Amino acid sequence: MTDPTPTASPPLLAIRGLSKAFLGVQALDGVDFTVRHGEIHALLGENGAGKSTLIKTLTGVYQRDAGTVTLEGRAIAPRGVEEAQRLHIGTVYQEVNLLPNLSVAENLFLGRQPMRFGLVDRGAMRRRARAVLMPYGLSLDVTAPLGRFSVATQQIVAIARAVDMSAKVLILDEPTASLDTQEVAVLFKVMRTLRSRGIGIVFVTHFLDQVYALCDRITVLRNGRLVGERRTAELPRLDLVAMMLGRELEAAAHRIALPADDAEEDARPPLVRFRGYGKARSVEPFDLDIRPGEVVGLAGLLGSGRTETARLVFGMDRADRGEAAVDGRAVRLRGPRDAIQLGFGFCPEDRKKEGIVGALSVRENIILALQARQGWLRPLPRRRQEEIADRFIRLLDIRTPHAEQPIQFLSGGNQQKALLARWLATEPRLLILDEPTRGIDVGAHAEIIRLIERLCADGMALLVVSSELEEIVAYSRRVVVLRDRRHVAELRGGEVAVDRIVAAIASEPAVAGEPRP
Amino acid sequence: MTRSVSGPSRTLPQYGALAAVLLANWLLFPDFFSIRLQDGRLFGSLIDVLNRGAPVALLAIGMTMVIATRGVDLSVGAVMAISGAVAATLTQAGWGLAPVLAASLAAGLLCGLWNGLLVAVLRIQPIVATLILMVAGRGIAQLVTEGQIVTFTSPGLAFIGSGSFLTVPMPVVITAILLGVTALLVRMTALGLMIEAVGVNRLSSAGAGVNTPVVLIAVYVWCGLCAAVAGLVVAADIRGADANNAGLWLELDAILAVVVGGTSLLGGRFGLLLSVVGALTIQAMNTGILLSGFKPEFNLIVKAGVLMVVLLLQSPTLTLFLPRPANPRPVRAPAKPESPSPSAGA
Amino acid sequence: MSRTWLISAAAAAALLIGLGGAQAADKKLVVGFSQIGSESGWRAAETKTAKTEAEKRGIDLKISDAQQKQENQIKAVRSFVAQGVDAIFIAPVVATGWDSVLKEAKEAKIPVVLLDRQIETRDPGLYMTAVTSDTVLEGRVAGEWLAKQTGGTCNVVELQGTVGSSPAINRKKGFDEVVAKNPGMKIIRTQSGDFTRAKGKEVMESFIKAENGGKGICAVYAHNDDMAVGAIQAIKEAGLKPGKDILVVSIDGVPDIFKAMADGEANATVELTPNMAGPAFDALIAFKKDGKAPPKWIQTESALFTPDTAKAEYERRKDAY
Repeated sequence: MTDPTPTASPPLLAIRGLSKAFLGVQALDGVDFTVRHGEIHALLGENGAGKSTLIKTLTGVYQRDAGTVTLEGRAIAPRGVEEAQRLHIGTVYQEVNLLPNLSVAENLFLGRQPMRFGLVDRGAMRRRARAVLMPYGLSLDVTAPLGRFSVATQQIVAIARAVDMSAKVLILDEPTASLDTQEVAVLFKVMRTLRSRGIGIVFVTHFLDQVYALCDRITVLRNGRLVGERRTAELPRLDLVAMMLGRELEAAAHRIALPADDAEEDARPPLVRFRGYGKARSVEPFDLDIRPGEVVGLAGLLGSGRTETARLVFGMDRADRGEAAVDGRAVRLRGPRDAIQLGFGFCPEDRKKEGIVGALSVRENIILALQARQGWLRPLPRRRQEEIADRFIRLLDIRTPHAEQPIQFLSGGNQQKALLARWLATEPRLLILDEPTRGIDVGAHAEIIRLIERLCADGMALLVVSSELEEIVAYSRRVVVLRDRRHVAELRGGEVAVDRIVAAIASEPAVAGEPRP
Repeated sequence: MTRSVSGPSRTLPQYGALAAVLLANWLLFPDFFSIRLQDGRLFGSLIDVLNRGAPVALLAIGMTMVIATRGVDLSVGAVMAISGAVAATLTQAGWGLAPVLAASLAAGLLCGLWNGLLVAVLRIQPIVATLILMVAGRGIAQLVTEGQIVTFTSPGLAFIGSGSFLTVPMPVVITAILLGVTALLVRMTALGLMIEAVGVNRLSSAGAGVNTPVVLIAVYVWCGLCAAVAGLVVAADIRGADANNAGLWLELDAILAVVVGGTSLLGGRFGLLLSVVGALTIQAMNTGILLSGFKPEFNLIVKAGVLMVVLLLQSPTLTLFLPRPANPRPVRAPAKPESPSPSAGA
Repeated sequence: MSRTWLISAAAAAALLIGLGGAQAADKKLVVGFSQIGSESGWRAAETKTAKTEAEKRGIDLKISDAQQKQENQIKAVRSFVAQGVDAIFIAPVVATGWDSVLKEAKEAKIPVVLLDRQIETRDPGLYMTAVTSDTVLEGRVAGEWLAKQTGGTCNVVELQGTVGSSPAINRKKGFDEVVAKNPGMKIIRTQSGDFTRAKGKEVMESFIKAENGGKGICAVYAHNDDMAVGAIQAIKEAGLKPGKDILVVSIDGVPDIFKAMADGEANATVELTPNMAGPAFDALIAFKKDGKAPPKWIQTESALFTPDTAKAEYERRKDAY
């Protein structure tokens, strides 16, 4: 996509052929990206698409391998966020990169305080701070520490600082990820105002509704490459999702069928039942039933609330509304220990950080949950531990020289199998798997899918999160589709198909109304 | 206490260091290993090493477990002062031995509980959380003793410091008992596994259902108890509670003992016996310096030099050159997995 | 606070205008005392004695505990200056860094007396006088007693104070002077016991082992009584009789060493009197009365005590500490 306007004025920001590799992995491969005066431009893509690499290479946090960046026709090569800011490119991250202990005014004028007689002129600084924040509708005590205000306010302060430092391009990296609806509305108002002042805004987000509500143009990246740039009004949601997921979809898929009731399903009572279950700023209240011998898939884009749903079900995060019941009896999930007592197991998405206990042996990792459930006073005899470990090593074909090998030395697939073994050893009734096949070699991938099917056949209930739609379709009896932190559809039986899922992801929000054409 | 996984090469540097220091002492002072009976009590430089090493060894036992959870307890020296102060003051006030011991141990437990709550519940970083008691604890001890050395004459309490059991000095006996009890407690239950799991990865352990707050509180409480015992031993030894100096800087010696014993400050695997060996190595060094007749100005330099050698011996880069142990109990995963039926009982 | 200040200011003004010393003397003297803290029994006794000595003379003594921090002492001195006290006593925690705050006191015409420790300053006019013991003399007195007792022939082991501390250096120096004069006296072992009982005991244990079970040791000289008390226990546990098989001489004069002497387990101690404030008050009163500046250094007595008076001395001191 090259800029089609060869006329007089060059675009505000033009990136051409930008490339960046890390240790041989091509994170950005000849990417073009154009931002025009007075537009809000969404930069979209799934995991590993290269969005953050693009931003970091643009602002000089990373040194680019190839490509050019021009701002209003002038080639620039900043060597860091600070220098980029001086070159009129401001960046505001999700975790605001200001100093929470300093006052709002100090943050606004950090490094460029108004001086008088060689001293910081605090009076002037306060007055100017109030003036700078006025257009944003913020009237707050500028002498109070920034950390005392909400994330939304902090973000607006960060934006105000960037704009006041004469930013022409403003990059907002997932600014809405931790905001509630009202705060999002305030932020959008600010963004629209800035757009009308001619500033070009790059908006990185996972929320498609927000893209359609706000953005003029969309650029999609996938696997480090440019997929395309479109005007929002000319890009149907379905096409956008297809671009992001990398699928060519038939026109027939453009309609979604309403979920048909499946009488046979409802005959059996659910093992777990959630009603109005949710957590503010994490996932909207949802209803969910899972029956024994059934795999329920959770599908959606990154950040859609899939992982959050799984974590709520296991009690890793605590719900702040709704009810949960197991076998028809109301239960409270205050933490993983409650869930484990109820017979739940959970393999988290981030295996290294939240799953394995790296320096401990495969044996210890496998028996950990069983031992924890028994309590420390009733230790599993060493012989029993070895039996359990050996049995699962054989059963799941965990490739390790011996059971005493520290688990951190195993490959990702074998770590995942050991984690599955950890839960299988507790004989769970509900197993929750978050991205069970991510980062796993092809062989192990197939084995894990076969295992999921077998467990299900043995009567276990499973809740599986995956971004591999074919995979979800292969083993799920029902698929819950999420978008923008909301459960938007539940597909069952014959509806469980990749194109249906994509269509549901791309469906228009019922309440938000038509996006402007 | 060392686990079956840890072959001889893992523990070689620790025992080797102790042996080397003892050997050096013998070269400097030929009578180093000579032991005789004095008033029904073993008497000799080697006994001094054990006896004087006891307080740090006691601290190291508790500290090992705290460090295994990726924490650290800086307050143990101050807790020693508190427990000694309580014991001496109550003894002087005419209390009997049993209630005096109970009161000082309770004081240690309470201190440990305080630390544990700060770390586990309020999630304050251990180094900061225990710093509070490190500073305040000595002040508390000074309040108890009113800033003086409280001397007592009770033979019962003094026995803990200078008595003997089957000719072995009491501090050594007490250390051995506490080591044994602690080892039983962590290895005969699942506590050891949980301590290591929490130390390696607190998030993963919590996700696997380990009650991480309880594990953390337990290790700090136990560490407080060990410190209280050490404080009793020191107070009983000098028949007085010196709130200003009892246990001063010993928290650092205890941490050093654990490190010399090979437990990583990053948490995880721990060896109680090895930490005690570490404490004895440090004490053997101190005793050797005292026997050597060097000028006191050299004490710290000699100590630092020897420690550097010991720690270098343990450095991962250097251990690469040591022979690896054979793999214990290889379990070969068969080429063809059996038909998986995992729900058929574990 | 403000009223005190007014009264003090009025009193100071009265002095300045020269209404006469006699009239001012009717007013209660107010003295601010910035004490280091209460890190040892001796320190606590110094504070306690200062209080009783002040009471004796009808002086209003305000004590501020600096908890081992110079910044607290500086703050305390500033506050005393602001209150307009008649004199400021400082037991300085460190030797340097006092010039600017002492200048403030001088500008306010408030005399400053250093207690127990000296300071380093280019302008000795910043303080009126310093009341300290002569730590070199203490070592010499201990050495001379030992030389006399043993006829000048004795193998001594020495328990030093904390390496590098000034009392440790000086008490060693004074003792060494006597050793140099007596060819039969020899220091066969010397090590630091950090001024503590526990270390004193540990070091003495190793000395006994290193010197053939203690048979080669005639006497132990400890830089403070606490280490001597520890050494006495070590000697006993080695099966020897402290005070007889090995003579014990030390410095400070804390109650526990008198008790040991009464029990025949120690032989002599050189007192470092905790009464630093008494001489300071006397000098201050004399100065206020007729403007007579005291000498720059008021040396306290370094008296030697032996077992014959130990029991009585113990009873006398028990409560002061």
